[in-house]
Amino acid sequence: MRRLIKADALREILLPLGRMAIFVLGAGALLSVVMVVLSLLFRGSGADKLLQTTQGVNIFTYTMANLPQVLIDGVTLGFVYAAIALGYTMVYGVLEFINFAHSEIFALGAFAGVEFLIILDQTGVLKTAGGMSPYLYLVLALIVSMAASGGTAVFIERVAYRPLRNAPRLVPLISAIGVSFALQDIIRLTESLTTGQFYRVIPTFGNFDDRIPLFSIPTGGAPIRVDIQVKSLVVIAAAMFMLVGLNYIVNATRIGKAIRSVAQDRNTAAIMGIGVNGIISFTFLLGGSLGGAAGVLYALKFTRIDPFVGFMPGMKAFTAAVLGGIGNLTGALLGGIVLGMLESFAGAYLGTFTMGNFGSEYKDILAFLILIIVIIFRPSGLLGEQVSQKA
Amino acid sequence: MKIQIRDALRKAAVFANRGKIPYILSLALLALGFILVYLSPRSIPAFLVFAAAAALPYFLEIRKPVKLALAVLVAVVLVPILGARNIFYLEVIFQIAVFSALALGLNIVVGFSGLLNFGYMAFYAVGAYLWAFFGSSQPFLLKAIPGTVPPGTPFFMAADWFYLFIFLGIILAAVVGLVLGLPVLRVRGDYLAIITLGFGEIVRQLANNLDKPINLTNGPQGISPIQRPTLGPETVKFFNNIFEPLVGRPVTVNQFYNILFYLIALVVVVAAVVITYRLDDSKVGRAWTAIREDELAASAMGIPANKLKLGAFAVGASFAGAMGVLFAASRTFVSPESFSFLQSVSVLTMVILGGIGSIQGVIIGASVVIILNLQVLQSFSLFLSRLRQSDAYIPIINFYWRDLSNQLDPSKYQRLVFGIILILMMIYRPAGILPAARRKRELKAHVSEDGGTLAMNGNGGAASGTKEDDHA
Repeated sequence: MRRLIKADALREILLPLGRMAIFVLGAGALLSVVMVVLSLLFRGSGADKLLQTTQGVNIFTYTMANLPQVLIDGVTLGFVYAAIALGYTMVYGVLEFINFAHSEIFALGAFAGVEFLIILDQTGVLKTAGGMSPYLYLVLALIVSMAASGGTAVFIERVAYRPLRNAPRLVPLISAIGVSFALQDIIRLTESLTTGQFYRVIPTFGNFDDRIPLFSIPTGGAPIRVDIQVKSLVVIAAAMFMLVGLNYIVNATRIGKAIRSVAQDRNTAAIMGIGVNGIISFTFLLGGSLGGAAGVLYALKFTRIDPFVGFMPGMKAFTAAVLGGIGNLTGALLGGIVLGMLESFAGAYLGTFTMGNFGSEYKDILAFLILIIVIIFRPSGLLGEQVSQKA
Repeated sequence: MKIQIRDALRKAAVFANRGKIPYILSLALLALGFILVYLSPRSIPAFLVFAAAAALPYFLEIRKPVKLALAVLVAVVLVPILGARNIFYLEVIFQIAVFSALALGLNIVVGFSGLLNFGYMAFYAVGAYLWAFFGSSQPFLLKAIPGTVPPGTPFFMAADWFYLFIFLGIILAAVVGLVLGLPVLRVRGDYLAIITLGFGEIVRQLANNLDKPINLTNGPQGISPIQRPTLGPETVKFFNNIFEPLVGRPVTVNQFYNILFYLIALVVVVAAVVITYRLDDSKVGRAWTAIREDELAASAMGIPANKLKLGAFAVGASFAGAMGVLFAASRTFVSPESFSFLQSVSVLTMVILGGIGSIQGVIIGASVVIILNLQVLQSFSLFLSRLRQSDAYIPIINFYWRDLSNQLDPSKYQRLVFGIILILMMIYRPAGILPAARRKRELKAHVSEDGGTLAMNGNGGAASGTKEDDHA
């Protein structure tokens, strides 16, 4: 019996890792093929000629040369989105409710982590940190942000959602919008009161900005070097670790079983002796802390954060959750990776292929369009619902 | 304690409604408010007294023609006079009028037919950009780099086309409402809300980015200047002839424009109120209510649910379209920032605060939110900035006010205000300050059961079944 549980646990760790690999490779390969075909089709077009006059390369070489970097960026972004999307999808799975404030939980986590690092920086330990210690500090910042975000998520659920649990569906949604707006300004207020500025920049420390050269592509002229930033690697590794951890908790532990049963049927779960309120709080804790950690990773990657930073990533993560099939953990992972890749591709190529007429600023519109199209035509998402199957 | 207050209020209401008292009371208060504001145009308490006096007759038992006459007196005579004395009040009341019309439009979608719309500002943007494009020299600048206007570029149209464009704005916004409303054919509940949010953001982003390949919207810089309808000097002179003794000084052309736009906005609001009333009492309005309460049952009774839901989107959008045109002309400037998600939520806050589905409630909600925003928060900001410039400090903790961060400016914290209003209303009073009459009857009937439920009966998401089973 004991051995069986161990085998199960191993399976629950290896399975999501395998899925991640498949999703990343699959989405990456598919989009790359599409881009290569497109670039071949666009040969001789206006965009091609423009590129040849301005940069001296044809569109095919341009596409190929940028491809590895775009893929790496896409994966990094995708894992951040996936980590946020899990918060939406878990809450939806359990309560059938769009936790609109999750994007602010994410922003709050980013601020908690960055503030922690700023304090460390002021004491001077960050500047002298060498070897492995920057990673230790980052892990500490992640823990701080997870505690802050998770705690806030639980508190919000208690104050603003639980009183409305049996109200019609749109009521908690409006309350969630209210929470989201209030949180934005509360973050802004706290941050402005201390320094007079409401944005924060993550202190530079460790070797996160270094680039590790991977390989170089020989071309006619100078070879194109492909490298990966250390922080991208860190983001990917940390996100993967958390996603596997969450998957393990939900699928291989007792409390995970309780979460799944509450998601399936709250009343029956209550009859079976599961403390439904506690489980719902725990779900918010898990989703919130994951969102908070994602916030720190986001801050690490994009360096500057402000109280309104959560809105777009939040909307995109929600899109990812819907795209994968809301209520479905694997789906959120898939949706996040696909959306991150798509955004990275759109950001890199849209401007070039349309000769600057529709630049990378359309990537937000793209995300919203995907959201609308998926909801209208395939509301169950790519993988369909698994967690919340209700009559 | 609560009951005592309620009793006292009831006694006061009984007293105030006895015989001739309501007439005397409302006239006296109105006169008092008017005189207060007239004498000290900058005082906010005075303005609040006036606003309360203007709203009071509605709640008292006064014969309908008298009520109407009072309303006309306030809207057409008193407000322009006070507004001419202190142009800021005119701005407040203009905004109240604009947002009342917007809130009435959103109320048709959210309140009557129960479809949550988070992208309502998109329709306002459509109207605003319609007149911004045709009422400026933008059609001549399609090939120009955004922000550069060759000197001597003429306006595209004569300014008085504005009046026609109010109607064109209505039509265009209604068409856009139909198109953006198409998802209601397949999607319900919270998913629909998210879709409308997506549409709203897409419209804003398009306005932000359509400065290339063709420069339609001038991008983030927005379009300016936009023409206002022409105003002959005779009109201003005519107004001054009559009202100068009352106002105390002659009104300039620019100030008179404020009065003009206020009056146009008033016309639109009155039209919106009349249309909403008629719709609410009509077959269509009752069909909307039926759909809101239970779509399946409504369809079973032969109500064409899809058609009516699309209709609700179109009618709601048309109000915003008209106001958008008016907004573009009154500001002579539009930019994508005016149509953000924050704005959509602020209109939603007005509807929810006032009372979903209740016409009077929605107008009160709009007034409260605007006064809160433009007056209470602003004056609080002003107060703080004065403190900041002074040498005052808090004695015990030795905190000097001049060290207070500039970021702490209450007028910048609308989101916090809206957020808290939304949460509190949802938890404690989901039917709003002034619940709709129909709701009130239902609430009375259900008073022994659970507390107030919301007018919106979400019909479950697109993906899965309903959750209301737990409720029963």
